[in-house]
This record gives sequence, structure tokens and C-alpha cells, in this order.
Amino acid sequence: MDTRVEKKKLSLRERYHLMTRGLGWEPTYQPTEKVFPFTAYEGIKIHDWDKWEDPFRLTMDAYWKYQGEKEKKLYAVIDAFAQNNGFLSLTDARYLNAIKIFIQGVTPLEYYAHRGFAFAGRHFRGEGLRVACQMQSLDELRHTQTELHSISVYNKFFNGFHNPLHWFDRVWYLSVPKSFFEDANSSGPFEFLTAISFSFEYVLTNLLFVPFMSGAAYNGDLSTVTFGFSAQSDESRHMTLGIECIKFMLEQDPDNVPIVQRWIDKWFWRGYRVLTLVGMMMDYMLPKRVMSWREAWEIYGEQNGGALFQDLGRYGIREPAGFRDACDGKDHISHQAWLTFYTYDPVAAFHTWVPSDAELDWLSAKYPESFDRYYRPRLLYLREQQAAGTPVANKNLPLLCNVCQIPMFFTEPGDPRRICYRESVYEGERYHFCSDHCKSIFDHEPEKYVQSWLPVHQIYQGNCFKPGTDPTAPGFDPIKAVLDYYEINNGRDNLWYDNSEDRRNFEAWTAEARGN
Amino acid sequence: MAVKTVKPYRFAPRDTVDKFPAPILYIGWEDHMMFVSPICLPVPPDTPFQALMDKILPDAYGMHPDFAKIDWSKVQWFKSGKPFVPEPAKTLRENGLGHKDVIRFRTPGLEGIGGAYF
Amino acid sequence: MSDVFIALQDTDEARPIIEAILADNPQPKLTHSPAMVKIDVPNRLVIRRERIEEITGLPFDLQRIHVNLISLSGHIEEDDDQFVLSWKR
Repeated sequence: MDTRVEKKKLSLRERYHLMTRGLGWEPTYQPTEKVFPFTAYEGIKIHDWDKWEDPFRLTMDAYWKYQGEKEKKLYAVIDAFAQNNGFLSLTDARYLNAIKIFIQGVTPLEYYAHRGFAFAGRHFRGEGLRVACQMQSLDELRHTQTELHSISVYNKFFNGFHNPLHWFDRVWYLSVPKSFFEDANSSGPFEFLTAISFSFEYVLTNLLFVPFMSGAAYNGDLSTVTFGFSAQSDESRHMTLGIECIKFMLEQDPDNVPIVQRWIDKWFWRGYRVLTLVGMMMDYMLPKRVMSWREAWEIYGEQNGGALFQDLGRYGIREPAGFRDACDGKDHISHQAWLTFYTYDPVAAFHTWVPSDAELDWLSAKYPESFDRYYRPRLLYLREQQAAGTPVANKNLPLLCNVCQIPMFFTEPGDPRRICYRESVYEGERYHFCSDHCKSIFDHEPEKYVQSWLPVHQIYQGNCFKPGTDPTAPGFDPIKAVLDYYEINNGRDNLWYDNSEDRRNFEAWTAEARGN
Repeated sequence: MAVKTVKPYRFAPRDTVDKFPAPILYIGWEDHMMFVSPICLPVPPDTPFQALMDKILPDAYGMHPDFAKIDWSKVQWFKSGKPFVPEPAKTLRENGLGHKDVIRFRTPGLEGIGGAYF
Repeated sequence: MSDVFIALQDTDEARPIIEAILADNPQPKLTHSPAMVKIDVPNRLVIRRERIEEITGLPFDLQRIHVNLISLSGHIEEDDDQFVLSWKR
């Protein structure tokens, strides 16, 4: 009689190894360096790819199962929202201007991430990492699509949603996220992973997604909330890739540590600068607010980030060079950004406004160090001028930081009375920066940033007019011509909320929905 | 070359002076953050510095209530953050101002609306 | 000693996971916001499959936490029986 043998079940790790390892091989028809030309040039040394620990060991069948479940739930809700005129349950149509920023400035980044991870998935060695990158590339394409779908319902009823991809490539404030991601996508695979998987998707992700998705939940935006739910678990997979890749690089060779530190310094700062838009959104654009930018920074930036960098200290990594200055900025950047967009609203594809008295009081309570001293008087002046029919608008184009491409409205760390000016001269040309950290990024790789496509300079170079535009014609209005090139509908997409079509329509439709 | 690459990496800078109608000058008015950042203007190099005070700055900043109160004899000028004494009759070029230079002016005693540096 | 955290969607499906975390971890701090539940635990957080199965009375595939997960912190160790978040230092 045969002895019964208990069949041992494979562990999760073993199952995953069986499904993913052995998918790679040493090429024999071509030299390895020709097939994988980007693995060594960044200076990162990997001795043993077998030490890679797969984060979240999802085999393809599990991936399809969970993603499929999420898709069915998501599209059912989007459909129901659209069919039931769900936008009528928004707290206020001002809220939608936060979602305009999202579709214009964040959704195109999902597409760029899709491309970046496809590149990484192709050019790394190590099958575990390649599979993780390929799955993330699919996730990011999915995010592009689901965001466009979830938000498309608003395009039927409101302005500022109709041309996000065209705007992303041209409009001045969108060069901020665009240049950020193009910097990442034109880096090598290891830097890309440090920039996006670690710095963006692990360190800073909570400061992007949680505010937008919580903001949606607080303001009656079921469509965006549902997208957010659906994406968040993808994001946590992405987070684990980020923390694993950092650990892996740091454990493989001590020579990797200074390279990785430099990347962490650069990408923490670049990501932090992009998040200026989120800070502004949280403090000014949510009729029902979740928390202040300052509070979010303290929880997710200081406490969580602090714990992380304390942990990474065992590898010789310290907190990012710009961390202290980012903490200093928590009392200021959201207000400075809002004032900028208010005074440049004639050329932006979303609306701004002056907060109500109750909202000003909320801001005073959340920002005891700075708001009443510096920002309340400014906002009250804007309100006074708007009421008088002469809204304050900046007539001239701003100086943009050559690296982050944001107008130079940031103030000196420790002194909010003074704009922060920094500059470098490289090969006879002068370049300007908003901070020590953007300057440091430039000084380290100037060959990259001399190529910055700065929207203000491009306008002056005549590159932001439609073909056939004649700047010498009588009555030529350069601002109108630029808006035309941007395909921003002048008088509908831009200018302040109070006189907008969005406001008139929302008030009329909600009244209609509640009356007879 | 500081940037690491797999092959030579060299591109022309995007903002050289030949690409603009005139050299670019950046101007900032200290303590007046209603103008949220320094402004960017193409200004022909033969423009007399006086023209800044007569026309360019009033056009740019005249909407601010402090502007009319400026005592130009007391204004402090800075070039790249360092004190700078312009000669108003001379041109920008003769005053040493070139493409993508940044100048600031401070108007002592004027600290913006509500003393909030606005 | 720093906290690690996990954030989950505030859904019926996530409820037994949340209860399991509260049962199996010392000094958990629960923060409840619209649509999201965040749990902070000093230094190490564990989710045990057996505890979830005890609560629901049904078999549970631990990888299902993906469907309700929002965010997390710390280093991850995952196998069929438990999911652990921790700081090493």
C-alpha cells in the first residue's frame, strides 16, 4: 500500500516565484549590454537580482480578478451618477474647479507614468521588478482612462473640462506637472524608480490622492470618490514597489547610497513643488474642507516622512535636503499660490474667487502664524476691488523658475516678506530659480534644464500663436491670441467664479431640481 | 558634463537672446506682492534707464495705490540682489543690464496695502 | 518609536479587516473620515488572516485587502497568513 503523502501547499512567495522567475534569460545572439543599454550608465551597481523581494505578489490571474472586480463596481457607479445628474448633489460648483485642476494637471501624468513604467519594465534586468513595472504601466493607463471617464460627466455641464490634453502641452501652469514628469521620463530607469515609485508614489502620494479623494467625498462628488477608491489599491501596490526599490538599491552596494541620496533630494523637492497646487486646492477650493494643507503636511510630510527617513538612516540616507524648507513653507505656499491664480485668472482654464468671511475665519484658525498677518488683508483688498468692478489682475507675465517652472512667488524660508531669488550663470546664460533646491537641481545637471520650455518665454518668442496670426496687425491683442492658441474659451473657461457661466448654471439647475 | 548619459548630450539653450524680439529684463518691486512675482519684459537694450521710471514701471505697477507715492530719489535699486546705482540718462546696456538680468527696486516707507507687503 | 499606518475604504467589506487590526495590535489609533478609516500603530502593524476568518466565519484570501486598501506606511512583509507593516528603526 502506498503511503499517503500530504501535498504541501506552496507559499505565496513560492507561487509568485514560479510564475515570474525564469521569464528572463541571458541573451546569446546579441551582447547583453546591447539588449539592455541603460542598466549601468547611472552608476547604480546591482550584484544579485535574486535578492529582489517582490512587493505584493500578485500573479496575473489574481491581478485580472481584482482589477476586473474594481472595474465593474466603478463603471456601474459612474453610469448611475451620470444618469441621475449626480452633479446636482455637489456642495457648490466652485468645487469643480479643483477637479478641473485634476483633469488638466494630474490625469496627463497618469499617461506619462504609463509610458515611464513601460520603459522601466523593458530596460531593467530582474524579472520580479520587470513584472511589477509592467503591471504598474497597465495600472497607470487604467488610471488615465478611468479618470477621463469619471470626470467626463462634468464636461457636459461645466466649462474648463473640454481640452485637458491640449492644455497640458501648452498652458503656462500645466508646464509645472509636465516638466516634472518629462524630467523623470528622460532619466535612466533607476532614477525613474527613485523619482516616481519612491519619491512620488511612496513619500508624497498621500499629499496628492488623499486630499483630492477626501475632498470629493466631502463635497458630494460620487464619481470622483468612486474613481479614487478604485485607484487607491493600485496606488498601494505602487507604494510597495517604491519602498522595495529603495531598499534594494541601498542594500546592493554602498556606492549606491550617495547616488540615491542625490535623487531623493532632487525628487522630493520637485514633487513638493508640484504639490503647491494641491495645497491651494485644499485650503481654497473645497466648499466643505477636509483639513488644511498645513495639517496634511504635518501628518503625511513631517510625521510619516520623518519616520521613513529615520528608518532609512540605517543605510546612511538622511532626510531630503529641502525637507526643512518644505516644512517652513507649510504656512505660506497655499495662500501665495491662490493669490497668484486669482490675479492670473484671465489666462487660466478654471475659476477662482475670494473666500467668504466664514472661510477666511477657517483659514485664520488653521494658520495662526501667518494668515491674519499676511494673507487676510490681501484677500480683503481683492474682494473690495472685485466688488468695485475692478478685479485685481496681473497685467504682465511672470518670471518662472527655470526648474519647477512655477512663477517666482515663493518667499525666503523664514521671511515671508521677501520673494526668494536665486540664479546661476551657465555657459554665458543666466538662469533663475525660486529656491536653493531648484538651483541645486539645475547646477547638478544644467544640460537638462537649459532646454526648459518655459511658457512665458515661449510666448515672447512668438511660439504661442496659431499659424497665420499676425502680431503686427492693428488692434492685435496678444493675450487673446495666446488664449486662442491655448483653446481656452475666453469668457467661459477663464476669469472669476462670481460672474461665470458655471455659477449661473449651477444655481439655476439646482433651483430647478428642488422646485416645481 | 554633469548629467549622466549613454551618448553625448548637448542641446542649444532654449532662451538665448536671438530668439526674442528684445533682451528680456525681469523686474521686481520689493514689499509689493500684489505683483505676485517679478515680471518678465522684452526691453530694447538702447532704452534709457529713465524710461523705466517714466513709462515701463508706471504701466506695470501704476494700479497700486503706493505707486503714486514713490519718491524716486529715495528708491533703492538692486541687480541680482546686490545694490546697484543706475544712471538714468544712460541706456540699459550702458548700465550693464543684459539678457535675463533681474533688477529689483525698494521704495522705503511703502510697505503695501495694510502693511501686509501686498 | 514611530507609528506605521494603514488606511482603508470605509466599506462593509473592509469592516472585518479593520476589526481584526484593532484586535491584534497594541494601542491602535483609529481616525474615521468620510470614505476612509486610518489606523496608526506604534512601530508594527499586523493583519492576520485567521482573525478575519474568525470574525466573518468565512475563508478569506489575504490578498483581498487590495480591493479596499487606500494607503500605508512602513516596510511590508506578506505571506498567506499575515500582512505586516513595520519600521526597522
